[in-house]
Amino acid sequence: MPFAFDHCRITRKAPTRRAGNDPKEEKMTRRILLSAGLAALAGLLTVAETAPALAQARAFVSNERDHTVSVVDVDSLKLIETIKTGRRPRGITASPDGKLVYVCASDDNRVEVYDSKTYKLVKTLRSGPDPELFVLAPSGNPLYIANEDDSMVTAVNTENNELVAEIPVGVEPEGMGVSPDGRYLVNTSETTNMAHVIDTTTNEVIENVLVDSRPRYAQFNHDGTQLWVSSEVGGTVAVIDPKNGWKIIKKISFEIPGVNKDAIQPVGIRITKDGSTAFIALGPANHVAVVDTKTLEVKKYLLVGQRVWQLGFTPDEKQIFSTNGNSNDISVIDVASEKVLKSVPVGRLPWGVVIVP
Amino acid sequence: MSFVPNRAASRLPLSGYLICMAGICWRESLRFVNQRGRFLSALVRPLVWLFIFAAGFRSVLGVSIIPPYETYILYQVYVAPGLIAMIQLFNGLQSSLSMVYDREVGAMRILLVSPYPRWFLLLSKLVAGICVSLLQVYAFLAIAWFWEVEAPPIGYLTVLPALLLSGLMLGSMGLLMSSLFRQLENFASVMNFVIFPMFFTSSALYPLWKVQESSLPLWYVCQFNPFTYAVELIRFALYGQFEPFSALVVAGCSIVFLIGAIIAYDPSAGLMGRRGGPDAAK
Repeated sequence: MPFAFDHCRITRKAPTRRAGNDPKEEKMTRRILLSAGLAALAGLLTVAETAPALAQARAFVSNERDHTVSVVDVDSLKLIETIKTGRRPRGITASPDGKLVYVCASDDNRVEVYDSKTYKLVKTLRSGPDPELFVLAPSGNPLYIANEDDSMVTAVNTENNELVAEIPVGVEPEGMGVSPDGRYLVNTSETTNMAHVIDTTTNEVIENVLVDSRPRYAQFNHDGTQLWVSSEVGGTVAVIDPKNGWKIIKKISFEIPGVNKDAIQPVGIRITKDGSTAFIALGPANHVAVVDTKTLEVKKYLLVGQRVWQLGFTPDEKQIFSTNGNSNDISVIDVASEKVLKSVPVGRLPWGVVIVP
Repeated sequence: MSFVPNRAASRLPLSGYLICMAGICWRESLRFVNQRGRFLSALVRPLVWLFIFAAGFRSVLGVSIIPPYETYILYQVYVAPGLIAMIQLFNGLQSSLSMVYDREVGAMRILLVSPYPRWFLLLSKLVAGICVSLLQVYAFLAIAWFWEVEAPPIGYLTVLPALLLSGLMLGSMGLLMSSLFRQLENFASVMNFVIFPMFFTSSALYPLWKVQESSLPLWYVCQFNPFTYAVELIRFALYGQFEPFSALVVAGCSIVFLIGAIIAYDPSAGLMGRRGGPDAAK
C-alpha cells in the first residue's frame, strides 16, 4: 500500500515546530497540511480504485463441460468474467502481444478468437475436425492444430483463415509444441505413442521419436535445447535433445507418497524462461511436480485440486496456474517458493489456461 | 487512623503479586524441565501422531477447501492445530492434576500460607501451566516446520493469544477436575474418560463437514465439545485469522471453569473443604 506510506510522510512532516511561531498560525499550518495530506490520500485512493480498469494480467480458463471461458484477475484472484464459447472448449492460447485469445471449440470443429480486453468474439478460424490442442507459431502465425479424429495436423493462417497445410501424423494427435525459432513443430499422437517432428519450412515429418504410452503434451524449453514430452499412461516425461538427432536424454518418472502409481499421469508441462525449473501437471494424482532441469530430478510435489490438467505462467513468471478438472478450480503456485498459494473456483471441468498481460 | 488499612494494603503491593506469580511459574517450569520424561513425552506424543498417523492419511483431504485454508492441504497440515490443542489438553490436565499430588505431599500447604488471595494463587498456577504448554507448543511447531507443516510467518505470532486463551480454558477445566479428586488417581482414567473422548469428538482429526457426512449424532457431540472450539481458534489464529465464535465459546468456557475451580477450592464454600482437603483438617 504505497499510498499509505505517502500519507504518513506528509502527516509526519506536519508537526515540525519552528521557534517563535504564533501558536494559532501553527495550528492553521497543521490543519492545512493535514487536509493536504488527506486530499493526497483521497487522490491516491481514487487512483488505486481506478487502477484495475487499466491493463492487468488476466487468466483465461477454458471450461470443457460449461462451454465457457472463465476470466480471473491475476492480482485479486477474483473471477471477473465468464465468456460463453462454442461447445467443449479445450486448448487455449494467446497471441504473442496478448491481445487475442484463441480457443479450440472441439465439438463445434472451429477455433474461436476473442479480444482479451472486451471478451468479444472477434472471428472464428477453420480447424479441421475435433481440434483439441493447438500451438501458435512464435511469430503469431500460423496456428497449428491437432485434429484428434483425423490423424492430422492442420496449419491455418490466423490473418485470413486460409488453410496453410495439412500434415498427416500418427493416430489421435494431441500434444503440440513449437521450437522458439519456429523451425520445428512437434506433435504427439496418443495411440501411436510417438512425438512427430515436423519441419515447418517444408511441413513434413522429419523424425519420429517413440515415447511411453499415450503422449499428451510437448513443450520446448526457451532456448530450444530440450523438448519435453509427457506420457499420460506411461507415467513419464521424456526429455529429448533436438540438437542430437532427437534422442531421449532421460525419462523422468514420478513417485508421490500415498498416491497410487497408476494415478500419476503427467499431462501439461511448463518450463521457466531461465530454463531452471519445469512444472508438470500429474493428472489424477492431484499434484504438480517441480523438476530441476539441470539434474532432471523431481524436487518437490505440490498438492493442487483434482485431475490437474494444464498449466500457465503469469507474464512475469512469478506464479503458475494449474487447471483442476474434477474439482472445478484453478490453483495458484508461487514459482520462487514453490508453494501453492490459493485455489479459485472457475467453471466445470477446467481444461487449459493462458494468462495475458 | 487511616494508616492501618494503608499499611495493610502496602503489605500486598502489585509487585508482590507479580513476584508471587513469577515464583509459581518458576516452580512449574523447573518441575517440567526436571521431569525429562514428561518433557519428552509431551513432545513425542504429538509428533507420533504427526509422523505416523498423519502419514497414512497424507492425501486424504485433497477434496475440499475449508477456511482458513485457501487451497488444498495435506492431512498433516490439517491435523497440526488439533495436535497443538492436544498438547495443551494434556498439559492443562497434567499440571492441574499435580495439585492433587501437591495436596498429598503437603506442598500445597506451603503455597496456601501465602497472604495472597486464593483465586490469585489458582490463576498463577494456571498461568504457570500455560507457560509450560507454550514451550511445548512452540517446540512442536518448530519440529513440524521441517515436516512441511508451515504456517505463514505472522501466524506463529497471531497464534499466541489463541494459545493463551485455549490454555486458560483447558487448564481451568483441569483445575476444576482436580478439585474433585481426593487422591492422586491413576492418570490413565483421566485419559480414558476425558482426554481421548474430548480429542476424538472434536474437529482435531477430521473437519466437521466430514464428521457430519458420516455420523450426525457424532457431529452434534462435536458441536457441544468446547475442545472443538479451542482447535478451531488455534487453527484460524495460526493462519493470521480471528474466529470470533470460537473465541467467544473458549472465553466463556474459561470463565465458567475458572469460577467453578475458584469456588471448588474455596475452603468455606468449596468441594475441597467438604471432601476433606488440607483445609478441612484445620
